[in-house]
Amino acid sequence: MDKENKIEVRNLNLWYGDKQALKNNSIKIRKNHVTAIIGPSGCGKSTFIRCLNRMNDLVEGVKITGEVSINNKNIYDKDVDVVSLRRRVGMVFQKPNPFPMTIFDNVAYGPRIHGIKDKKKLQEIVEKSLKDTTLWNEVSDRLDKSALDLSGGQMQRLCIARTIAVKPDVLLFDEPCSALDPVATGKIEDLIQELKKEYTIVIVTHNMQQAARVSDYTGYFLLGELIEFGKTKQLFENPKEKSTEDYITGRFG
Amino acid sequence: MIHPNTSDKIAKIWLWLSALSIILVLLSILGYVFIMGAGSLSVSFILDMPTNNWREGGILPAIIGSLLVVIIALSFATPIGVGAAIYLTEFTKEGRLTKTVRIAADSLNAIPSIVFGLFGLAFFVFYLKDYTGGPSLLSAGLTLGFMILPTIIRTSDVAMRTVSFSEKMESYGLGATKLQTIKNIVLPEAFPGIITGIILGMGRAIGETAPIIFMVSLNPVIPKTIFGSGNTLTTQLYYLAMEGISMDVAFGTALTLITIILILNYSARKMNNYFSRNLRR
Repeated sequence: MDKENKIEVRNLNLWYGDKQALKNNSIKIRKNHVTAIIGPSGCGKSTFIRCLNRMNDLVEGVKITGEVSINNKNIYDKDVDVVSLRRRVGMVFQKPNPFPMTIFDNVAYGPRIHGIKDKKKLQEIVEKSLKDTTLWNEVSDRLDKSALDLSGGQMQRLCIARTIAVKPDVLLFDEPCSALDPVATGKIEDLIQELKKEYTIVIVTHNMQQAARVSDYTGYFLLGELIEFGKTKQLFENPKEKSTEDYITGRFG
Repeated sequence: MIHPNTSDKIAKIWLWLSALSIILVLLSILGYVFIMGAGSLSVSFILDMPTNNWREGGILPAIIGSLLVVIIALSFATPIGVGAAIYLTEFTKEGRLTKTVRIAADSLNAIPSIVFGLFGLAFFVFYLKDYTGGPSLLSAGLTLGFMILPTIIRTSDVAMRTVSFSEKMESYGLGATKLQTIKNIVLPEAFPGIITGIILGMGRAIGETAPIIFMVSLNPVIPKTIFGSGNTLTTQLYYLAMEGISMDVAFGTALTLITIILILNYSARKMNNYFSRNLRR
């Protein structure tokens, strides 16, 4: 069980118009582990994780070849329902971006669009999601207030709660802490450690300490290519590639 | 050579006077209409039928007629205008098509209102006579609907394009479909902008005379159906002043018209605040 691969990417290429942003990448992502994707700005790391729930479909002029299998099913097959794929593969974005609604409605948004109408059921889901993201104690008395009055860190945890409320099994984090202060960042990192018991997690970060702290596996991207992939400890302490070493020791990037 | 400080002062005074003149123009028009019209305004002026060829009695038929044509115009233009805006922002790529539709909407806005009237006369009154009842309130309302369509399209379009892409992404990321995202994210957030467009359209529709001058009767009867004829405040005003029947009643009508516009604007804004309260910072 522990060694099971949740996601297998094979020969993934991606073009924005004529420009190739991902070059023939293959990677295996372990179930119930945290995989970090690092690399300098513009290396394609965000583009890469957006391939894992087909978010790139929404961008004009994108062409993708290759295969991304989740639970041994290629998500780029013609018969895949993108809407249900995105429910199973949740995504937390860089900037905390709650909807301009109440805290409750934010978390209930996903379950509602997937057809849950029963008030009691919704309340249960909201409570559990907020508890799982350690937000419950801070907001339980003001669920009916606007989510836009929360602090940045609380907003980001709310966005995580909103994502797990639809019961995904993979969570993608796209630089989730880049807009947060160190305390709020610490909370999110602790949370990721908790969440990996239930979810398979992929996190893109430009903060190498963060990758070292939270992840079990790390992949290093440069100019759209996966240069090195391995156990986080090994990659940081004993990188095989010269370019990886240069990056993690801060010689460029 | 004038000292820079002096030219600065002159500029300041000039700009201040320009700003002040806007307020003065507004106040003098409103004030004049109020002073001239207030004398004839009374409860019976609003609620009674005119008698003695308008010189006595009230203007109830015109008030009802005006409200009806505005309701018809808005019920026609709002769904189509908002629908077109949704299509432009959410269902097509930015490109030749969206550009063409936007240019078309802007050009439509630039057409003189009397030309809309001529079009309405030919299309609704003559060509679609069997469906519109000829020169009816329905024909007048639809003509006004055509006229305010671009206003509603363009303001809704702008309002929907300001909804952040990332919020839409979040919604799609949770597995929402396009329609769910439009319904739950885009429309609520664009709502204030859409309401503004509707208010602008409403103001124009109730205030225009030229487009409907061919379709309304001068007969002051309470309209029984929208397929029948009726008159409106603006056309009555035109007639009263043009024929020199009664300037007092004309100003009373003008004051009533302005008051109705103010009430409609105010309640639309209240409604807007009511719907978007608490949710925006």
